[in-house]
Amino acid sequence: MIELISEARCTECNICVAVCPTNVFQAVPDSPPIIARQGDCQTCFMCELYCPVDALFVAHDANDPAVVDEGQLIASAALGSYRKAIGWTPGSRAQRGIDQSFKLTEPH
Amino acid sequence: MANALSNAAGSIQFDADVLVIGGGPAGSWAACSAASAGARVILVDKGYCGSSGATAPSGTGVWYVQPDAAKREAAMASRDALGGFLADRSWMRRVLDRTYDNVNLLAEWGYPFPSDETGQERRTNLKGPEYMRLMRRRVREAGVKILDHSPALELLVDENGAVAGAMGVRRQEGENWVVRAPAVVIATGGCAFLSKALGCNVLTGDGHLMAAEAGADLSGMEFSNAYAISPASASVTKTLFYNWASFTDEDGHPIPGASGHHRSVIAKALLKHKVYGQIDRADPGTQAAMRLAQPNFFLPFDRAGHDPFTQRFQVILRLEGTVRGTGGLRITDNSCATSVPGLYAAGDAATRELICGGFTGGGSHNAAWAMSSGFWAGAGAADHARHRGTRAQPRQVTRAGGVALTQGPNRPFDPERATRAVQDEVFPYDKNYFRHGAVLGESLTRLDGLWHKLRIADAAAPENVVKAREAAAMVATARWMFRSALARAETRGMHKREDYPNQDAGQRHYLTSGGLDEVWTSTRLAPARDDVEVAA
Ligand SMILES: Cc1cc2nc3c(=O)[nH]c(=O)nc-3n(C[C@H](O)[C@H](O)[C@H](O)COP(=O)(O)OP(=O)(O)OC[C@H]3O[C@@H](n4cnc5c(N)ncnc54)[C@H](O)[C@@H]3O)c2cc1C
Ligand code: SF4
Ligand code: SF4
Repeated sequence: MIELISEARCTECNICVAVCPTNVFQAVPDSPPIIARQGDCQTCFMCELYCPVDALFVAHDANDPAVVDEGQLIASAALGSYRKAIGWTPGSRAQRGIDQSFKLTEPH
Repeated sequence: MANALSNAAGSIQFDADVLVIGGGPAGSWAACSAASAGARVILVDKGYCGSSGATAPSGTGVWYVQPDAAKREAAMASRDALGGFLADRSWMRRVLDRTYDNVNLLAEWGYPFPSDETGQERRTNLKGPEYMRLMRRRVREAGVKILDHSPALELLVDENGAVAGAMGVRRQEGENWVVRAPAVVIATGGCAFLSKALGCNVLTGDGHLMAAEAGADLSGMEFSNAYAISPASASVTKTLFYNWASFTDEDGHPIPGASGHHRSVIAKALLKHKVYGQIDRADPGTQAAMRLAQPNFFLPFDRAGHDPFTQRFQVILRLEGTVRGTGGLRITDNSCATSVPGLYAAGDAATRELICGGFTGGGSHNAAWAMSSGFWAGAGAADHARHRGTRAQPRQVTRAGGVALTQGPNRPFDPERATRAVQDEVFPYDKNYFRHGAVLGESLTRLDGLWHKLRIADAAAPENVVKAREAAAMVATARWMFRSALARAETRGMHKREDYPNQDAGQRHYLTSGGLDEVWTSTRLAPARDDVEVAA
């Protein structure tokens, strides 16, 4: 489930409020959004992909909330790791076109 | 008891030729094709067109087969037995043609397909976030008005019973919306009962309920018990890589016969004890290809600090219901019309029996169906609107919605309790994966009772109405599922009856279902073929 909005990184663009399919976030005037409805989070990781500054972190457990440590997540490069893996960060664009699925799904 | 439309005071109102409800692949293709036929189109999504639905976070293989007679024949034949010989060759051919053209369009529009060692582009897989970001861009460029976070709650109908639009809420603005349109496409996806399967919690059967309230019926609802392998506490129900996995019990002993392809063995084991998996049969080259193919598969492992190639992890089966099942709204012609004039259905909201009979598992057919049926439904809806003449507004428009929307003598029901009650019937493997007449009958008695409680409850409060309608839609969907499952006294496709473990040649038919207060089923002939049921 969604566990972190990094206040240090967030630019208050509210993109996550717009893209979360289950409406988990709530915009707050002149502040970062808040995680208003964590129980509705479906652990789809889409908000991470759309946050332009890698301020969000979705933990792996879909059933129960978890405690996360922002410093540790930054140190282990976990923040933004999924966005990078799909090629949506400025430095990772080459990843977009190297889907290897065909090697695994097509008959050889 | 129907409410007149004038009750919808305080709403923002729009007129359109075509209203598309749902903005996944099916809805976005429908919106694009309706707009390119010259229609004024509005698309509403419960979440956000581009990130919402089963495809966006998951990604899909696509039934993209070169137009080569032998390859096409092989592609169709490979599904015959799996689907219980219920697929229709003429629909399979049309979907293969349409999918081929649509995927090639995606390439033209800039989808970054990968190339193989020979430099040839490979177009059989779509990454969800890329695909749906591109589709949103195309929908906008086509001039379609998108309303995000605007779940539809009910359809509008005219004095002749034809569809006349829909209404719903804009949940971030706290207001209602009303769209008057002579043609509506239901593209709300399947129903996965809030199981937290990847991307599926927006898929609660809302479109099934809305359409049924307007008089539409369904088909194949017995093929509704898709379960996907998932790490125990995770949402990621991507299953391809389990073809390289071994499955063991708590003590590390192999479970005989369990594999990514033989999930029912895993389900049987899960009824008795915990099950563990490990992707231990992938060589380093395959492992590397896996990481590049499906980064989302690895998220739960990387974040839990687990190496799925070298360490065992606990697995469960998460219900995906009709999402990777095949049942849905019944289609009555090549334009994906339903039995209600002006109402069309596309994608997982519609039955997919026409191309895969009683079994999919996703497996590239659903994606092909979503983009093909969406394309046809959008064009059909635009055509219908043009013939109706958009200026000729119906005189009298009524709201078709009932449960949780109209007044009742009892207090409004608690959506969470109703949801848990329906989950208690559809989640357990010994009720829904492995079905038995007596058990289905007991479930139905409880679900019918639950439905009648919801029906006599008063309208939900505005802050609860979306969840209340979702709960009601899930109860309705579960009743069509189990009534159909009871009517099919055999095992066919994904529908497994413990009390009738064999396929019965005498039941190679389709099952129609419908009704709200009284749920019914009836049979329809399956397409004639000369080669079926050899081994029945
Ligand atoms: C993990 C996973 C893997 C899969 N892999 C494959 C695969 O490899 N190959 C394959 O062919 N298929 C696969 N599938 C199936 C495939 O994802 C679906 O068939 C496809 O997404 C269907 O598209 P759709 O547009 O009909 O529905 P969806 O993509 O589910 O979209 C439905 C949309 O409707 C919206 N909606 C719902 N209710 C309302 C309402 N009341 N008002 C307004 N909007 C509403 C939702 O927000 C959503 O945006 C997979 C599914 C899952 C879950
Ligand atoms: S998308 Fe990122 S930067 Fe924008 S508001 Fe959300 S957390 Fe902040
Ligand atoms: S993981 Fe998905 S559901 Fe959860 S907050 Fe992010 S976008 Fe919303």
